[in-house]
Amino acid sequence: MSAGIRVQGLEFAYPDGRVALRGVDLVVEAGERVAILGPNGAGKTTLALHLNGIYRPASGTVTIGGVPVTDGSLSEIRTMVGMVFQDASDQLFMTTVGEDVAFGPANLGLTGEELERRVEDALAAVGGSDLGARPAHHLSGGERRRAALATVLAMEPEVLVFDEPSSDLDGAGRRELVATLAPLSMTQIIITHDLPLALELCPRSVVMRDGRIVADWPTKRLLGDERLLSENRLELPFGFTLQPDR
Amino acid sequence: MGAGHSHALYVHEHSAIHRLAPEAKLVATFGFVICVAITPREAVWAFGGYAAVVATLAVLARVPPGFLALRLTAVAPFVIFALFIPFIASGDRIEVWGLEVSVQGLWGMWNVLAKAILGASASIVLTATTEIPDIIRGLGVLRVPALFTSIAMFMVRYLELIADELRRTRVAMTSRGYDPRWLGQARPIASSAGALFVRSYERGERVHEAMLARGFTGTMPALGHLQAAAREWVLVAVLLAVSVAVATIGLVTS
Amino acid sequence: MVVAMILALHAPDGFLDAGTAIVTAGISIVVVGFALRQSQSQLADRAIPLAGTTAAFVFAAQMFNFPVAAGTTGHLIGGALAAILLGPSVGAIVVTIVVVVQALAFADGGLTALGYNVLNMAIIPAYGGYAVFRLFRRMVPRTTGGVIGATGIAAWASVVMSAIAFSILWLFGATAPVAFDDVFMAMVGVHSLIGVGEAVISALAVGAVLASRPDLVHGGSDLNRVELADTRVQTRTFLVGGLLVALALATVVSQFAVEAPDGLERVAEDTGFVVSATDHALADSLFADYATAGITNESFSLAIAGVVGTVVTLAVVAGIFLALRERRRSEPSAV
Repeated sequence: MSAGIRVQGLEFAYPDGRVALRGVDLVVEAGERVAILGPNGAGKTTLALHLNGIYRPASGTVTIGGVPVTDGSLSEIRTMVGMVFQDASDQLFMTTVGEDVAFGPANLGLTGEELERRVEDALAAVGGSDLGARPAHHLSGGERRRAALATVLAMEPEVLVFDEPSSDLDGAGRRELVATLAPLSMTQIIITHDLPLALELCPRSVVMRDGRIVADWPTKRLLGDERLLSENRLELPFGFTLQPDR
Repeated sequence: MGAGHSHALYVHEHSAIHRLAPEAKLVATFGFVICVAITPREAVWAFGGYAAVVATLAVLARVPPGFLALRLTAVAPFVIFALFIPFIASGDRIEVWGLEVSVQGLWGMWNVLAKAILGASASIVLTATTEIPDIIRGLGVLRVPALFTSIAMFMVRYLELIADELRRTRVAMTSRGYDPRWLGQARPIASSAGALFVRSYERGERVHEAMLARGFTGTMPALGHLQAAAREWVLVAVLLAVSVAVATIGLVTS
Repeated sequence: MVVAMILALHAPDGFLDAGTAIVTAGISIVVVGFALRQSQSQLADRAIPLAGTTAAFVFAAQMFNFPVAAGTTGHLIGGALAAILLGPSVGAIVVTIVVVVQALAFADGGLTALGYNVLNMAIIPAYGGYAVFRLFRRMVPRTTGGVIGATGIAAWASVVMSAIAFSILWLFGATAPVAFDDVFMAMVGVHSLIGVGEAVISALAVGAVLASRPDLVHGGSDLNRVELADTRVQTRTFLVGGLLVALALATVVSQFAVEAPDGLERVAEDTGFVVSATDHALADSLFADYATAGITNESFSLAIAGVVGTVVTLAVVAGIFLALRERRRSEPSAV
């Protein structure tokens, strides 16, 4: 199951007055995988936090799978949209990983065997069946990242939103992450500075700057445009070049 | 477990006491400590009885005596205060080892010492056999409001992160020759405390967002922890019966 | 005075008599129950993790001793700080949780002493400190600096109020014959110094949060953006000013503490003001015989106890009314 995303004229300012979004329009089809790129402070995370109603727009609308994000639809939206946060330890707040994974489905009202099945399935999906009994603060970076993903998968969401999923991973951890995400069929939004990751996972990429979308192209073409990249403080790893699409 | 401190507090064993449901242990601990507190200090033998109860529990729970003694240092400031009572108290004076002390003061010292040490020992056996998150869960089972237990859960979860940062701050300060001796030098501690506060505040906010994103509505979901069985309550009742008996005889005889 | 230098406020089991323990437990349960009801709507959605991290911070800070004067150290109580950051009711709950968990998990403070420990360390500093905070906010300009200065004063006052409350409870439920005035002077004297540390930490913590996240400071929620931006410069002035006031107060009170017992006794003798052999009926029935037994100027200490006790009670009641009023005001606009 997957759901589409429709964002229209989205504007938002923080309580201290900083304007984070200045009119964002974005349509993502069900099952699509889209990377969101851009310099720090461009509003990428703020946009992500609008997708499940944690932030409310000053103006504009957000619709997930045809359901507009409003006070009344919050619980429905939050079961549809799974959010994997930048710092995985923010997402692991219970005593053990198993309890953390159970937290979401338990909030949905699941109990007993069905709850256990959800937890086991989610841990298996991230290759972490052995993590259930362990306390979150004893995990390695890669394990923590996978545990955080499992907490979200246990909700069986239709849309997955990742904020910098590869930022604290070593090479092997990063490869495991790609292997975990690639087969998932739900709609995926991946916020990242990791351009090779965007290229590997997302056919389409969006570049944000100063609270606006400044480019919405196929990833391969986008990464081949050196001027666009440098204008937005994006850099491919040293020695890594791409030819524009033939 | 969630809190780093619980490693220092918890004794990893698999005794019958460890397996008891936390709410049962909480009721037993509170009941025991209340009995100790109401026992008149003149019933000296009664405190021996209580000490025997705690010692038996500690042995059953395989809590090493050294561990118990070390943890008892938590009551040290008041023990020191208690030791001064005989000297500063008023009333009839007697001579002990060449020192002139107050009789009433000696009784006061004995009262504070005996009750403080027994009470603290009971808590120490409780935390040596029960992880802190389980204690908080037990409080929830005992009908302590969910708001209270939810905040306590978060506190325990984030204590370790904050303690780590404090430790790092202290190491960084000490390594640059900072050795506070008077109040005027407290400013670095205070300003780092302020920065630390903002950091933990913002972390709390991000955690809250992560919770909301998974459907949190204000109450922590029950995750199917086992509740105390009737058999466990029988054990608690036996323990309480012994304590109440000691307290009653103590009250009647003195 | 050695006694007070080592006195923390986490009293163990058996420190005060059973009657005092029961009465204070009753008072604490009623007030914390009130605080929980007050906070239910405020905390249900937004602030549980904020309250949790504040509790963790206060918990950690209570283990972190700071130097007061040669040989004496103190630690944060945090009641006033939590009240100013989160509002008085949530603040009282937060410190109550800290005190309860410390008693259960760390054997720091007795379980049967929870009644008076919660009253002294959570309820009185949170509500009383908040009342002082609001009082001083009226006197100083409506600026960031004003909030920080008022925080410092309120934090200092909250520690002294705790020490006063502790001494008065000793008057009612002492378990050893140490005179009320000795306990009172020593407790209040040393805690008026410890309070300076509390003031510095609280003011700097509130200042740091105001500088980066003003929306998170309950006690500064009336400041608008312009006031926040305009007054950064004055922060320092007020911080220094507030500290000087606190230090001056501390010096005066601690001098009084050192001099007073002898001074008062001499006054009593000089003026022929000697307590009659027959005890006060009131003192006999209500106050522990111990606490008054050794006092030669009994009426005088009872008068002091009465006056300061009334002041502390008034401050706490004022804090509770402020909590009620603020909630009523915020309800229509609550999200």
